[in-house]
Amino acid sequence: MKRYSAFAIAREALRHHTGWERAWRSPEPKKHYDVIIIGAGGHGLATAYHLGKDHGIRNVAILEKGWLGGGNTGRNTTIIRSNYLQDPSAAIYEKSRSLYETLSQDLNYNIMFSPRGVIMLAQTEHEVRGYKRTAQANALQGVKTEFISPQRVKELVPIISLDGPRYPVLGGLWQSRGGTARHDAVAWGYARACSDMGMDIIQKCEVTGITTEGGRVKGVETSRGAITCGKLGIVVAGHSGHLADMAGFRLPIESVALQALVSEPIKPCMDVVVMANTVHGYMSQSDKGEMVIGGGADGYNNYTQRGSFHHIEETVRALIETFPMISRLKMLRQWGGIVDMTGDRSPILSKTPVEGIFMNCGWGTGGFKAIPGSGFAMAELMARGGSSIADPFSMTRFREGRFIDESVAAGVAH
Amino acid sequence: MSTRLATGGRLIDRGARVEFTFNGKRLSGYAGDTLASAMLGAGQTLMGRSFKYHRPRGVVASGAEEPNALMGIGTDGHFEPNQRATTQELFPGLTARSQNHWPSLEFDVGGINKHLSRFLPAGFYYKMFIHPRPFWKHVYEPFIRQSAGLGAAPRDRDADTYEHYYAHVDVLIAGGGIAGLAAALAAGRAGAKVLLVEQAGHWGGRAPVDGAVIDGKPAEAWIKDAVQTLEDMDNVDLRLRCMAAGVYDHGYALCYERLTDHLADKAGPRHRLWRVRAGRIVTATGAIERPLSFAGNDIPGVMLASAVRDYVVNWAVSPGDRTVVVTNNDDAYRTAIALKKAGLEVPAVIDARAAPEGPLVEEVKSLGVKVLSGKAIAKVKGRKFVTGVAIAAQAGEGAVLEEIACDAVAVSGGWSPVVHLWSHCGGKLTWDEAQAAFRPNPDKGPTGADGAVFVIPAGAANGEMATSSVLSDAHAAGAKAAGADAGDAPTAEVTAEGPIAPVWMMPQGAKPELRAKAWLDYQNDVKVSDVQLAAREGFESVEHAKRYTTLGMATDQGKLSNINGLATLAHALGEDIPQVGTTTFRPPYTPISMGSIAGEARGALFQPLRRSPLHGWHEANGADFEPVGHWRRPYTFKRGDESREQSVAREINNTRQGLGLLDASTLGKIIVKGPDAGRFMDMLYTNMMSTLAPGKCRYGLMCSENGFLMDDGVVARLDEDTFLCHTTSGGADRVHAHMEEWLQTEWWDWKVYTANLTEQYAQIAVVGPKARKVLEKLGGMDLSAETLPFMGWATGTLAGIPARVFRISFSGELSFEVAVAAGQGLALWEALMEAGQEFGVMPYGTEALHVMRAEKGFIMIGDETEGTVIPQDLGLSWAISKKKDDYIGKRGQEREFLASPDRWKLVGLQTLDGSVLPEGAYAVAEGTNANGQRNTQGRVTSTYHSPTLDRGIAMGLVKDGPDRMGEVLTFPRVDGTGVEARIVSPVFFDPEGEKQNV
Ligand SMILES: Cc1cc2nc3c(=O)[nH]c(=O)nc-3n(C[C@H](O)[C@H](O)[C@H](O)COP(=O)(O)OP(=O)(O)OC[C@H]3O[C@@H](n4cnc5c(N)ncnc54)[C@H](O)[C@@H]3O)c2cc1C
Repeated sequence: MKRYSAFAIAREALRHHTGWERAWRSPEPKKHYDVIIIGAGGHGLATAYHLGKDHGIRNVAILEKGWLGGGNTGRNTTIIRSNYLQDPSAAIYEKSRSLYETLSQDLNYNIMFSPRGVIMLAQTEHEVRGYKRTAQANALQGVKTEFISPQRVKELVPIISLDGPRYPVLGGLWQSRGGTARHDAVAWGYARACSDMGMDIIQKCEVTGITTEGGRVKGVETSRGAITCGKLGIVVAGHSGHLADMAGFRLPIESVALQALVSEPIKPCMDVVVMANTVHGYMSQSDKGEMVIGGGADGYNNYTQRGSFHHIEETVRALIETFPMISRLKMLRQWGGIVDMTGDRSPILSKTPVEGIFMNCGWGTGGFKAIPGSGFAMAELMARGGSSIADPFSMTRFREGRFIDESVAAGVAH
Repeated sequence: MSTRLATGGRLIDRGARVEFTFNGKRLSGYAGDTLASAMLGAGQTLMGRSFKYHRPRGVVASGAEEPNALMGIGTDGHFEPNQRATTQELFPGLTARSQNHWPSLEFDVGGINKHLSRFLPAGFYYKMFIHPRPFWKHVYEPFIRQSAGLGAAPRDRDADTYEHYYAHVDVLIAGGGIAGLAAALAAGRAGAKVLLVEQAGHWGGRAPVDGAVIDGKPAEAWIKDAVQTLEDMDNVDLRLRCMAAGVYDHGYALCYERLTDHLADKAGPRHRLWRVRAGRIVTATGAIERPLSFAGNDIPGVMLASAVRDYVVNWAVSPGDRTVVVTNNDDAYRTAIALKKAGLEVPAVIDARAAPEGPLVEEVKSLGVKVLSGKAIAKVKGRKFVTGVAIAAQAGEGAVLEEIACDAVAVSGGWSPVVHLWSHCGGKLTWDEAQAAFRPNPDKGPTGADGAVFVIPAGAANGEMATSSVLSDAHAAGAKAAGADAGDAPTAEVTAEGPIAPVWMMPQGAKPELRAKAWLDYQNDVKVSDVQLAAREGFESVEHAKRYTTLGMATDQGKLSNINGLATLAHALGEDIPQVGTTTFRPPYTPISMGSIAGEARGALFQPLRRSPLHGWHEANGADFEPVGHWRRPYTFKRGDESREQSVAREINNTRQGLGLLDASTLGKIIVKGPDAGRFMDMLYTNMMSTLAPGKCRYGLMCSENGFLMDDGVVARLDEDTFLCHTTSGGADRVHAHMEEWLQTEWWDWKVYTANLTEQYAQIAVVGPKARKVLEKLGGMDLSAETLPFMGWATGTLAGIPARVFRISFSGELSFEVAVAAGQGLALWEALMEAGQEFGVMPYGTEALHVMRAEKGFIMIGDETEGTVIPQDLGLSWAISKKKDDYIGKRGQEREFLASPDRWKLVGLQTLDGSVLPEGAYAVAEGTNANGQRNTQGRVTSTYHSPTLDRGIAMGLVKDGPDRMGEVLTFPRVDGTGVEARIVSPVFFDPEGEKQNV
């Protein structure tokens, strides 16, 4: 792999950039791999990356039915934070956040991790108490957060209206090393690194069946033929239910469309990420200058990755109350992504009833931030059969009642 | 240089001069101008700067597809960034500012010239700025953010208002060109209810400019008649300046009407968002011309041929004195003709086709214009304006054959149907080889609930380019949408046109240095070389290429650039264009204001505000409110210059020693009624409710299916088959929905009804040692301990008001909750306040309520519970009936982890030093877990200063807590210091309950 650097750009500029090589190869599928990962979203790619990097497992294929990074990884609002309440959540999200800190260097790909800070606004007494508790928990979990005053919120976000007529800002939970990253770059950076380790990323290759023998995985049927494998990781977000069905088990997952939108770009006016859970909306400003806005998921189960209007209306209302100036901006584009929701809104990283098949799903509305940590833990689980970070997220927890419920800490996920 | 012609201009009124300013300069135009036409008329060709390289930009288009001429319009609370000058109509006093430059439009230090831009190819930022690590956040990113963005951020609160309209129509027609009008005539005549919307400020679209003749009349006259006919129809509604913005499932559509953007007087709503349910949607949205990709095609003065024609014919503006036309099709010849007719010079038509022929070509030749066939522009000369073009053979690499001096270039690469609305909801496209364009695939349209296709494209939007076929297609579409037979369509004279030659690079074999100057996306500075680079690096999917290069992601969303971009990609990959496919079209068609999306729901109307019947009294008496769900409840009633804390302490002391009143009207009150009510109540609550005797109350717990405690409250049995369920204030709607969900999905055959009566009653808690006295003084009911014992209820009249009195207590005091009809709440409250004077009555708020319940060890939903706590954790096993087979949550509670003896359980916590434990603090245990997190053994759930005990009190959940009375735990503060607290009983005050049982 030729390394990326300012020097490489300068060298290539002299020959009109004709010397750049492919970021990832586009190979034909082999007959057999030690490990197959289904789904080249962030989580699938990161899992493969850590299998190779941490465990030396490199005979790996990542099968993607469309284009890599084209699922939720390429359509999310890129908020990264780890100020979760429950210990297992804080562990995986903080692992992830800390991996994001050095991901550009690790991948030699600028994924533009921008630890600009995330504020979750407290707008009711109840939220104040909830976030103070989260700050307490975070202190013991090694996650740096702080409950801040309304005045401090205003300093950090000059465009905010502190005393909206309905829900005055009473303070906020501030994570100064939370932020955003460039979503496509995360997928591309991992893909390039995986390809460089000799792994095969096979796009336009849909898995249509899973074959098992005596309760053990044998391989997969795909739109490009059958492939066998030693172990199989299913990492397909909104389509997890389908794939589990192919493998012969059911998942406690529902799929719904989550809505988002961006404004036209404007000059920088907000340097941090703000989440307003009471009114249900959140906003950040991308490096291009667009205000990136999200809020609600559609109220019905669904597989069409389309924007719908009703939540957009609610979300925009909420954010105009919070940031009155955005009323005069224009919505440039809206879209939806199919998110995989579990009963406790926490993910599943788990062995399954079929030996050799592992599930990574249920990231729902908030898994972009978890990509590096999830890849790290999932690889450990697949390679070693257990992982202190992944284990609490086993799917047996639903049967045991061992839920990891974060709803107390935030009404709106991300 | 651009200038205003002495005559002509079908849309302007030369009698009405309109003054406006651009970057502080005073300029003038005419009524009927757009900002763009007025600026061109005033000789202002430089209008903005591009996004990435800050290159000088002039206007290229004449409508919504304009990527370059973006302005900040208005001032203060009326300021709006990124407004297209081509769609902004001129009005007196309009102020416009150009964007994205410093210090000035003419001289921008951010400008990146061709030498530097080499170092900034597509995706350069992914490959650099990697080291040193802190530099991204502190150096590189701030720099990129500053130079990116376009318009300035608005600073002031929006001075305008917005509104929503709702419409239900048989047929929504998007686009008021001749296709839309023909479709509307057909649908309207068939009797359908029609809404016809046009984004521009005038009807008719392109036809009058292109000189069409319809039904024997000039287009202008036919349009006038058509509009008149439609206006005369009661079933047809016509709207100008109204854009169909998005199409959603089931025929739902948004239209965006701009009401005052074109007026000096901004009175009334600025935008109106139409939310339309349409049986059928006809998209008569026309087609958009494509530029050609040649070096220097972004220099101000290079414009779409159709736009040049529009400016000349509509607004009598010439973009230049000498305009070279460059094309691969016949339509652009109309521009040469229009220019010549206006007396302007056309030094040459450069046609990439080897042998163009036909009437339009002949006419141009006969006007004395040189036609250079098989030729290409090798390069446009000039920097901030065009000075000439260098000509080469289209088939070659760009060797210059001749140079022609000119000050404008009119370019046409063919037309792309506007398929956005067709595609929003899943309509698919097909590649039309003959026209080199994507058009709707009639077999794959968006379908509605009935399985039928509900979007019907019409005219140019459907890929029909000749006027005659536009009309017949649109007429048929309108009839079809209305479910009628077609009948006779309007007809038009046809001018024969030769075939288009698809040209995606000019010249065909252009060398890298030329490709690096051939723009695809003008706003985002994406060039042919960038797309080729993306292909080379493996970004083969059209979505990858788009994201890697940012092609089509500018504010025009690729209206001009998409097709050229994906043709370039296809070429680079050696694939066919349809194989590469398009990116997804997402709403809105062009950007719509956030204000319009929110509509009226701003400020006080943002969300419904629920007020208790006593709200006005609270307001008038110093209430310090807090939001509780949609309610506002008094947190405390401050007197004089008391602090909140002092006020709360006074209220508590007064209630415990004398008499306090609480407005409890927000408490949920849900009636459950029917022969199966008892059975239903037994499933809903963990307690046995069916055995509750009429006249009695019982405290009940409600769990989720998973077993977690979700709500609590006092249930009163009103009669044999009626229960009144009190819920928490915030929980009423949720609990009611929960009941209905179970009734409707599981027990639909049970004979039970529920009704949420929360707002029908005012409820007042009369609390304190003097509670009975004050009620006796009001008179009308016997409320003695014998007649109305604790946990009983009775009806009667109090102070002449019919009332239901519950003897229940959440404070540990003697307490009655009195419910009266909402309309009589205030009368009762005032009567109580007056009668209570001699007992020192005071109202108290939610905080006093909370502290008093904590002093008594009563749990609070949302504090002691938060979705992970079961009643058993809270010492509430006594409220779980052991005699019942089942209740909602029972099975959940039997699961391993919920039944485990290791769960954290409710206790009281008392700090050794009397201080108040920090909110949400955890009790630490030894060591760390496998993930390096500090082990914990409990946490604080509620913590207050108790005025009654004058010390900190807290409740918490602690591992094995009830078995560890007296043990001392350490609770770290966030600053690292710790507080020590002893485990005690959660009942801090009056453990025997002597006060409430008098
Ligand atoms: C609108 C929106 C906003 C969001 N905002 C945030 C946010 O701000 N912060 C945050 O942390 N998270 C956010 N999320 C959530 C986040 O995007 C997801 O949790 C995360 O990207 C999931 O990654 P993934 O790799 O699991 O799934 P995906 O990226 O969806 O990848 C799954 C892949 O599997 C492929 N696949 C499916 N079926 C098959 C098959 N049969 N064969 C082969 N391949 C298949 C799919 O094509 C897809 O590429 C948001 C999500 C949405 C939709």
